[in-house]
Amino acid sequence: MPPLEIKKDIYWVGAIDWDIRDFHGYSTYKGSTYNSYLILDEKVTLFDTVKKYLKSDLMHNIRKVIDPAKIDYVVINHVEMDHTGCLPEVLDIIKPEKVFCSTMGKKNLLDHFHREDWPYEVVKSGDSISLGKRSVQFLETRMLHWPDSMFSYIPEEKLLISSDAFGQHWATSERFDDEVNFSELIQHSAKYYANILLLYSPLVQKLLASVKDMGIEIDMIAPDHGLIWRKNVGAILDAYDRWSKHEAKRKAIVVYDTMWHSTEMMAKAIVDGLISEGISTQLIDLKVTHRSDVVTEALDAKALVFGSSTLNNGILPAMADVLTYIKGLKPGNKIGAAFGSYGWSGEAVKIINGYLEQMKVELVDPGLRVKFVPDHDSLKKCVDLGKKIGQVIKERVPE
Amino acid sequence: MDRYVCTICGYVYDPAEGDPDNGIDPDTKFEDLPDDWTCPVCGASKSDFQKE
Repeated sequence: MPPLEIKKDIYWVGAIDWDIRDFHGYSTYKGSTYNSYLILDEKVTLFDTVKKYLKSDLMHNIRKVIDPAKIDYVVINHVEMDHTGCLPEVLDIIKPEKVFCSTMGKKNLLDHFHREDWPYEVVKSGDSISLGKRSVQFLETRMLHWPDSMFSYIPEEKLLISSDAFGQHWATSERFDDEVNFSELIQHSAKYYANILLLYSPLVQKLLASVKDMGIEIDMIAPDHGLIWRKNVGAILDAYDRWSKHEAKRKAIVVYDTMWHSTEMMAKAIVDGLISEGISTQLIDLKVTHRSDVVTEALDAKALVFGSSTLNNGILPAMADVLTYIKGLKPGNKIGAAFGSYGWSGEAVKIINGYLEQMKVELVDPGLRVKFVPDHDSLKKCVDLGKKIGQVIKERVPE
Repeated sequence: MDRYVCTICGYVYDPAEGDPDNGIDPDTKFEDLPDDWTCPVCGASKSDFQKE
């Protein structure tokens, strides 16, 4: 995609990764973009780069705007390789006067590329540099989502270049939020938050508060992935506020894997109980659902209900995958329960309960085990478990 | 009691507050934290902390 002027003399010069479907274990059904921004001023400045294999797209776009050798400054807001993979080759061409990064950014760049000779200039929160007509203020955002992460804010333009925050994995020919379907955009944003930022929610809360305190004006947020926010800046900030407060709806997810359909029968009966209490419910079969979609559905759910058959005295591997993944992302403010069919030993429920306790999910029931194939009475107990969970949701979540 | 800052992510351990989410009571000195205690923000180990 050719460069696009997003504000006077400020260009998107990134690359679109139409084909990527697995982003380090995060399913990207609609690809992604790696956004890079170029400001033409007395000091020509490039913000962030792209993946190694898309270097030619970036350089082609830069050349359409300006001779790359005329770039004076390169700002690295985040060291992860989707934004720096091509950096050694790009810096060899550009030969910038300075490479701006955070303290941890310099450390992490050295640990990735082992280049002591680059002209690093370490900046801290509150530091400002002049580009001529414009300036750049830096705001360190450690652990959002790496120790090196920072924002670059251009006050004269009310433009926030926000690194990975507010991004989405979505490959489009459009570059602005108001040019695409809004509900799909928010869905991609929610998936990004759930899979990348959820565990740092307390820091997101602090960041939103400090942005408010600083009173900085933002009329455009340019993230390093996906669409640029210009019409819905308030909406995405509000969404980040809700997600980082772990706000839940009257919603439950029932996630299961099954061997001979018995645990599946239990799952469906639990779902019936939840629905009869008026709870919005998603039944999720792990044989056909990716872990990153499970955690996206979990984001605004109040109840997480997990079921697995017992296999070899343990849980099914797909369940172990999802529980390990969700545990690491530290969902908050959830209730939950476990269930599963078994043949002789039946450890699955106990193992799932252990995960839920580690996740600080409040168990509303000790869990339900059924030997081999559930009969009518067993399924009635499953429906009752669903109702019980639904009633607790209604007690905790206002309508 | 001294406060300690995580050199990886900037989290500050305040002994007056402790780390109740991870079973550390208020008024626990940094030196008295168990060796396997980790930064509640980024997971860095005790050795990555410096006195503020």
